[in-house]
Parts: sequence; C-alpha cells; structure tokens
Amino acid sequence: MGSVTRIVLQRLGLGLLTLFIVSIVIFTAVNMLPGDFAEAILGQGATPQAVAAIRHDLGLDQPPVSRYLEWLADAVRGDLGTSFAQANFASFVGSDAGAGMASVADTLVPRFRNTMFLAGVTAAIAVPVSLIIGVLAALYRNSVFDKVANMATLTSISSPEFFLAYILILFLAVLNPWLPSLSNIYDGMGFGERLEKTMLPALTLTLVVTAHMMRMTRAAIINLLASPYIEMARLKGLSPMRVIVRHALPNALAPIINVVALNLAYLITGVVVVEVVFVYPGIGQLFVDSVKIRDIPVVQACCLIFASAYILLNLLADILSILSNPRLRHPK
Amino acid sequence: MNDNAPLLKIRDLRIEGRSDETWLPIVNGIDLDLHRGEVLGLIGESGAGKSTVGLAAMGFTRDGCRISGGSVVFDGQDLVSASADAKRALLGKRIAYVAQSAAASFNPAHKIIDQHTEAPVTHDVMDKAESQADAMELYAKLRLPNPDEIGFRYPHQVSGGQLQRAMTAMAMSCRPDLIVFDEPTTALDVTTQIEVLAAIRRIVDEFDTAAIYITHDLAVVAQMADRIKVLLKGDEVETADTRTMLAHPTEDYTKSLWAVRSFARPVKPAVAEGSVPLVSVRGITAAYGKVDVLRDVSFDMHTGRTVAVVGESGSGKSTVARCITGLLPPRSGMVEFDGTPLPADYRKRTKDQLRQIQMIYQMADTALNPKTRIGDIIGRPVEFYMGLKGRAKRARVNDLLNQIELDPDQYYHRLPSELSGGQKQRVGIARALAAEPRFIICDEVTSALDQLVAEGILKLLARLQDELGLTYMFITHDLATVKAIADEVVVMKDGKVVEQGGKAEMFRPPHHPYTDLLLSSVPEMDPDWLTDLLAERGADNLGDAAIDKM
Repeated sequence: MGSVTRIVLQRLGLGLLTLFIVSIVIFTAVNMLPGDFAEAILGQGATPQAVAAIRHDLGLDQPPVSRYLEWLADAVRGDLGTSFAQANFASFVGSDAGAGMASVADTLVPRFRNTMFLAGVTAAIAVPVSLIIGVLAALYRNSVFDKVANMATLTSISSPEFFLAYILILFLAVLNPWLPSLSNIYDGMGFGERLEKTMLPALTLTLVVTAHMMRMTRAAIINLLASPYIEMARLKGLSPMRVIVRHALPNALAPIINVVALNLAYLITGVVVVEVVFVYPGIGQLFVDSVKIRDIPVVQACCLIFASAYILLNLLADILSILSNPRLRHPK
Repeated sequence: MNDNAPLLKIRDLRIEGRSDETWLPIVNGIDLDLHRGEVLGLIGESGAGKSTVGLAAMGFTRDGCRISGGSVVFDGQDLVSASADAKRALLGKRIAYVAQSAAASFNPAHKIIDQHTEAPVTHDVMDKAESQADAMELYAKLRLPNPDEIGFRYPHQVSGGQLQRAMTAMAMSCRPDLIVFDEPTTALDVTTQIEVLAAIRRIVDEFDTAAIYITHDLAVVAQMADRIKVLLKGDEVETADTRTMLAHPTEDYTKSLWAVRSFARPVKPAVAEGSVPLVSVRGITAAYGKVDVLRDVSFDMHTGRTVAVVGESGSGKSTVARCITGLLPPRSGMVEFDGTPLPADYRKRTKDQLRQIQMIYQMADTALNPKTRIGDIIGRPVEFYMGLKGRAKRARVNDLLNQIELDPDQYYHRLPSELSGGQKQRVGIARALAAEPRFIICDEVTSALDQLVAEGILKLLARLQDELGLTYMFITHDLATVKAIADEVVVMKDGKVVEQGGKAEMFRPPHHPYTDLLLSSVPEMDPDWLTDLLAERGADNLGDAAIDKM
C-alpha cells in the first residue's frame, strides 16, 4: 500500500505543477486576444476616457507580468480575485469601490454545483448502462444484439451533440411533452424538480459518452476470453453469464476504469454546447461568456477547475486500476 | 449400471481447426475407451492433438475448432450432440479438468478456495461451508502446507507446485468420475514435479477416479498410466498397457520416441593443466534491486567444451548469463575472457568483445522479430559485426542457412511465423553464428521443443562445436540434456554454486545432497520408479520438505 501513497503524493505534486502551467498558458492566451475587458464591455460607444477609467479601476493598465504575479499571489492564498463583470457593475451603480463586489468564487460556486449535478446525473445513468450493455455485448458477441448495440452507440457518438439534443427535444419534449426542454434551474429548487429539468441534457450527454465506455468494456472482456482461467471456468460448468461477470470482468477493470474517468472528466469540462442548447446554467456557459468579455479572473478559475477535474479523475482512475489488481492489493 | 461398459467411449472422433477460410483436420478418427478407475496416458509431440482430444473428451473444443464427426459417449450420453446446458451439468461435477499451468488457470482476482467451491455450489453438490471444509481436507490429503489457511490466499501468493496441487484438489471438489490432466507437471521443476505426481496418484487411487493423463514426457506417463495411447498428427499410432508399451513398442514411431533419451556425445579428454579458460566467472555477486540473486559465483569454461549450468527456476542460472553478457553488471566480481577482464557493462565493451559472446534464447518465438524475414534476421549481425554488404552478405547468410540445415532458396524470404518451432530455434543458432563468436550461451534452448526436435538441435549444436571449436555455456534444468551433451557441470541453488566438476564425476555418487535430490527426481522409464522413490524418501519427505532440510 506504501506504493499507492507514494503515487498519490507524486501525482498531486505534478498536478499542482500542471495547474501552474495551465494558469500561465491561459493568462497569456487571453492577453493575446484582441481587445480587453474595458473595450469589450463598453462596445461601440466607448470613449477613450471611459476605457482608461475602467482599465485603471481593474488594474488592466499594469504590465501583464505584474498582473499575473499579483493574481498568482492571491490565488496561492486561496483568493481567486474578483470578476471583472461584477466589479464593473458595482462601480457603475455608484457604490463604494469594493463594496458589494462578487468574488470569482461567489460567481463560480453555484455554476460549478450545477455542472457537478448534471455530470453526476449523467454518470449515474451512463456508467451503469454502458457497463451493462458492454457486458451483454461481450456475452452475446457477434449476435444481433451486439451489432445493434455497436451501431447505435457509434451513431450517437458520431453525431454532433446539439443535433442529438434537438432530436431528444423533438421526441421527448415536443411530440411527447414528457420532459421540459429548458433546464433553467435555480437555487432553492427541490431535488425532484431539478432532476426533471436536468433530465434532457443528461440523456443527451449519456448518448455522447456511452459508446466509448461500452465498447471498451466489451473489448476488455473479449480480450480475456482466451485466457486459461476463462477456459477453466467454462470447464467447471459455469453459466456464460457467470464466466463473464465473475471471471472476466474483475480482470478487465483497469482499462474500463480509465475510459470511465476520461468520460467523466469530459462531462465536467466539455459540455458547453449541451448547456447552451438547454440553457443550463453550468460552468461551461460561464466560461464562454467570460472569454467573450475577457474576464480574466473568471476564465482563469474555470480553467483551473477543468484542469483539476482531469488531474483528479485520472489520478483516481490510476489508483482504482492499481487496487483492481490483486497482486498489488495482496502482496506476497 | 453395467460395470463392463466403459465410462467414456470415443468413436471415430474427428476435429477440424479453422485456418483462414478453410477447415483443416486436426484429429482424424480416434477411438478411445476408458473404464472406471482407469488412467489412460495420452502421449505425442506438440501438434499431435493430445490436448484437443482431452478437451473433446469433455465435449469441449477451443475457439476456432469444431468436432466434425464421431461420438464422445460419457456414461451413456453423447457429448457431441448434447445441448450446452446438458454439458454444463456434467462439467465440473462429473468430468473435471486440470490444466497445464495452474498459475494461468487460476483466476488472479479470486481466492483459491472461492474458486474451489464454485463448482460444488453451482452444481448443488455441497453448500459453500461444506465445500470449504472439504477443500481443507483435500488440501491436507494433497500435503499442502497449512491446509486450513492456504485456500484463503490469492493464486499469486502460492508457489507453482502448490497451485498445481490446489488445482487437483479443485478438480476433485465434486468427486468426478473422470479427470482430464493436461500436462499438469510440464511447467514445474523436477523436484516439484514429484510432489505433484505423487499427489495426483494418491488422490486418483483413493477416489478410484478415471483419468486421461496427457503429457509429452514418456517417463512421467510411465509412472501415472495403466494404459498408454500414442498419437501422431491426429492419428493413433498404437495403444497398449504401460508395461507392454515400454518393453515392446511395436510401431517405429514409438520406438523412435523411446530412443531419444539415448543420445550422448563421446567423452572429451580432460582439460590440460594450466591452460587459460576461455571464459572465467570470478566471484560474481549480483542483485536485482536490493535482492541478491547471485552470491560469489565462480567457474571456468574452456575452449571447445560445453559447460552445463543446472538448477531449478530461481537458482540464478540465467542471471549468470546476464552478467557474462554484460546486461546486468555484477555488484562485485568479474568476468574474464581469454585471460583479459571484460568491462562489467556491455555498453563499455568493444564491438569485438561483444561479437565473441553470443546468445541463443529459450523462446525462439519471441526472440525473432515476427515482421522480419529470415534472411534479414541472420543478415543483420553479418552486416553489423562483419561489415559485409550486398552479394557478400547474401553469400554468408546462405552459408549460415546451410550450416543449420535449412535450404537458403526455400527459407531466405520466409517470416518466422512460417517456420516450425525447431526451425525457428535453428535460425536463432544461425543468428548467433553470424557474429562468428567463440563463446555461445544457450539458455534453455531445447526446453520448449519436443523431444525428437530437441534431439535434432542438440546434434546440430554438437556438430557445430566440433567444426568451429565453439565453447558453450548450456543453461538447463533438464538433466537428460546435461547427460547428452555436457563436458562439465555446474549445479546452482539459491544463487550459489553447490557443486561443479566433470560430467562423469557429477553423475557418479557421492553427490552433494542437492545434486542427489535433482538427479533422483528425474523420472525414469521404469513404471515402478515413482513408487520405489516415494518409499525410499518416505512419503512425507518430498520436494519442499527435502529441500528445506538442506
């Protein structure tokens, strides 16, 4: 078990380094985009004085390196700064500088919670469904079921997400008004209602991620079917289902876990199109909006969350893969 | 039921295997009768169809194979026409299987005892608690250490010989009428093999189980079987009871199998006093990580002679080879070549020093690049070491192919997958010869081959030694091979040399006790050998125990 602890610490250390590099890359990239927050927010009617005033207020007149270092110093202390958009709003209504300004954390947390809720609902549907279809496809390999499952999942992964979303809306919201097509959830909503509103985007995302996980499950299991211990299990007179679930699946877990983790990370970081279609207030939309108006602190924070999701989920997958190997779990 | 009717009756069994789009015959009409309590030995070389017939006796064929004709009648029921459900009801319960490699055939994800209880619980023979208690009893009967506890370990936590006995116990879990043993001791060392053979025989006797015992080792089958059936390329050669078969084989093929063990080289004169050894291993201590695998190993190898390094797996034989070739720099000690010390790391050796020492590997399959043609495999060292190109290189490769008795016109452009096991090993030899070395390390070069093929390789190596004055270091665990070709013998155990000397002295008593154990553990053709040996050693003083005492 000592080796697992060492791997975790090592990977967390590397993860921090990754976050640092990500923050530099994103900061540089946003600065290289034409225009800044002041120009973006004032638009056509911008006077040079107004632009300069806002720049001064937000510190945008400072050189990028010192701005980055300042942000980094705050971030290390856990302060992700203030959203430009919120700050601007506060100063326009004439209140004291700083008063009533929403921090990045305040902006982000509810959005992040929504994103996690959507990812969670999707995972709760997609992971068991993919595993079950994958196991069944391996059990009845080359049968009609196997071919239909493969074709259906491949079709759904090959179609653009928004297209899948509109098809689901057409069938589940328009033709049969079972589910709401708008997912405008808000704080204080009951769990049941929230779940109902989240259902359509969750189903869309399920269609997107199932193929990958299901095909890996099938392939990893079939890969093992020629092993001597599978032959042994068959020669003990066990049913084909038991051979696959009890003898093949536990040994096929490592690759499956890794694909599941990749897809879960995608659910947190890559769902902006689906959020837009369903007007779901998740982190993806916030991110796109913030890039549009060059709201650097929010962009930075979003990217750090995305990167952390990848790092942590992959780390978790690696740990689970190690733990799924009895040789490592039970040393000699 | 009628006691005279055979338990298993196979008639005109035909099995085909798919090759691309066509079906090729693997087994061409085998008949077989097996009575209750009888053990039938099934022997032959690889490709003879032994395992295929053994599995077909259970109504089972591997993927890509099919039973194309004949019948397999087990206790009145034809398994060829039986439904999958009907077969499943028999498998594990009345017919059980013991596979070649227990390490590969136990599921790594579950405890041994959970795999043991699976068949009895599935077939409603016992409930889980009863089956566990029964498993512990069987473990005790098979003389496994800590029978109450060993089942709760995972397969990788138990040694190979113990796993093989646990698998025999697992086959016994439902007290089947028939067990198919598929080369159950082939992967084991000789000393471990004895424990497993003794355990199998004891339990088969005790429960009066009928068995099909598949092996390519004649001496083993002589100990285990009441009757022997010899197979060759899917056809039966002959069947007779064991003693008759051993004493009076009627077919030429059977006689040739029997004769393999008689190959031996003439004894060479002793090494002249004071001559410089070609390779001298001096006090080598080596380690993988923190674990010492060699401790102060020293021995000499003289020009034109064959030194056999013997010992069980894990004794450090191959590690010595890695130190000599410089792949594993030793922690202390050194290797001298022709009187001059060699740099410990191969990266620091000159090209000429590298050229002088070549290796031939155990698994020709994995030692040859599957995507490279034979001519290029041999041509590469010709170009690299000898600097030959174009026509000169081609001519040299043709010479080498002729030396290993493969026709250059036929084989130059072939891929390794188009060659048989023995031919691949010959290519491995040619690749080593291409560097024109003086010293060749042969690492278990015949242990993956059938006896007739292995004999061909040994004869080839002997001829090349005579013609080219080569020196061989021959790593092996097979003492029959040692007897056949060695001039000197080095016996290793736990990373140390326990005994060394000329072959004649080694095979003449008195021995070091470990050498004695190794020698006495090699099965002999005498069908009473195992019985006598067990009586001599005392039933409880086998393998593990005997080794521990030293």
